[in-house]
Amino acid sequence: MLNRQELTDIIRGFEPETEFPEGTQLLEAFVPAEKIYALVEKLKSDNKSSFNYLISLTAVDFLTHMTVVYHLESTEFRHLIVLKSKLADREDPKIDSLTALYPTAEYFEREVFDLFGIRFNNHPNLQRLFLEDDYGYPLRKDFRDEINIIER
Amino acid sequence: MSEEIIKDVIVGENEDYIINMGPQHPSTHGVLRFEVCLKGETVKYLIPHIGYIHRGIEKMCEANTYQQLIHLTDRMDYLSAHMNNEAVCLVVEDALQVEIPERVKYIRTILDELNRIASHQLWWCAFGMDLGALTSFFYGLRDREHILDIFEESFGSRLLHSFVMPGGLMHDVHPNFQKRTKEFIKYFRKKLPEYDQLLTGNIIFQNRVKGIGFMSKKTAIGYGVTGPSARGSNYSCDIRKIAPYGMYDKVQFNEILETGGDTFARYKVRIAEMWESMNIIEQLIDNIPEGDFTAKMKPIIKLPAGEYFRRVETARGELAVYVVSDGNKTPFRMKFRTPNFSNLFVINSLASGHKIADLIAISGSLDLVIPDIDR
Repeated sequence: MLNRQELTDIIRGFEPETEFPEGTQLLEAFVPAEKIYALVEKLKSDNKSSFNYLISLTAVDFLTHMTVVYHLESTEFRHLIVLKSKLADREDPKIDSLTALYPTAEYFEREVFDLFGIRFNNHPNLQRLFLEDDYGYPLRKDFRDEINIIER
Repeated sequence: MSEEIIKDVIVGENEDYIINMGPQHPSTHGVLRFEVCLKGETVKYLIPHIGYIHRGIEKMCEANTYQQLIHLTDRMDYLSAHMNNEAVCLVVEDALQVEIPERVKYIRTILDELNRIASHQLWWCAFGMDLGALTSFFYGLRDREHILDIFEESFGSRLLHSFVMPGGLMHDVHPNFQKRTKEFIKYFRKKLPEYDQLLTGNIIFQNRVKGIGFMSKKTAIGYGVTGPSARGSNYSCDIRKIAPYGMYDKVQFNEILETGGDTFARYKVRIAEMWESMNIIEQLIDNIPEGDFTAKMKPIIKLPAGEYFRRVETARGELAVYVVSDGNKTPFRMKFRTPNFSNLFVINSLASGHKIADLIAISGSLDLVIPDIDR
């Protein structure tokens, strides 16, 4: 199990442009959206980090931008990191898909597309998972549903 | 007409024959639809369609306080209601850095394991019934009734308790709790061997489950499968061992692992987990310390701005809660990484190439709870 500093050094070595915010519960790293696939691919194949398990993939809407959040763990060493990518364009947010690395990412990404409207490049089957095609993106903060949600 | 076309018209060899299993099929245990492509009786591939019971729990959480949203979480995986409640409580306690009393830790862990036994009992009886053994359904429900009675006496509800609150418990357990739990363990230690006599050693049952739906360890990790389903493939993924909470770092227990990877291996893991859960309860039930049933909490809980992440082991696998707080009394964003969501989508690679009757055995061995997938 690698500690925070060792993991930070490994990620910096692969991708110098990452930023590490201070005082977080888990080790977090902000990665530019166009670099995420290359970085995760290296983190997965590297023998020292070997992040082979994608715990969860989700997104958060901050109204000014969106953030895609990846929780990765190594089943061998049991260390855990959080990778984040900011997407400045809320109208048409796009990021690379991780389906080629983790089969489970296919369905997490479909869920994020369904609820946030984030498109994933190179996704094999990017369709809505729960909702109908003409429904809005309900987990966005500016989503309004006059019929079903009563504002307090 | 060439010979090939004639053959095609008559037999339809080059056509996909697609049937829909669900959303109201008894073996899916909820509203789940499989789009199954068949060739004869063999499954070529299948596509799960979900969303029939999507309630938007993550969105609802954004409008509720932390005490209120506890009650939403047991509607996800209703058979591990207690563990779902506990996951949210652990996140809140982590964020506020509240030290919870020892008594609460003991009671929470005992309830976790009682709930796990109840969940595995229901899985066992429904699994037998899916494969045509109706008797198992009566055996399982007969024993589960004892646990539900203990729950009813202490919490007033049998299935969705919402008994755990941030900082402790909603109220103290019933004075009979210890006595009845010990009675149940004594009773169930005699009854659990009956399960083996009825199903495990049954040659008809074994022929239905052995060598069916093989899942390798690599597949399990790739698809994010956790819980007993993954431990049947020799994948050590027990959160109780990896990131202990409650009393799990103090009690002695083994993580159950099987190497088979087939449906029968997943079956054996769950049966062994019931034995192990009883061992954990027996270590704790006599030693519950006296004390408060809750730590001192403010009536309005506001988490400091930041992000919090916590994992627990439910009866079906790893439940992770991810909270983004902006300092208000409601969460800014709440994400539940539910075990069944990941466990479901591996089914295509397990069932392809098997007969359609085996699909029932495979989906039964994954122990899916549909509201947990849709949320």
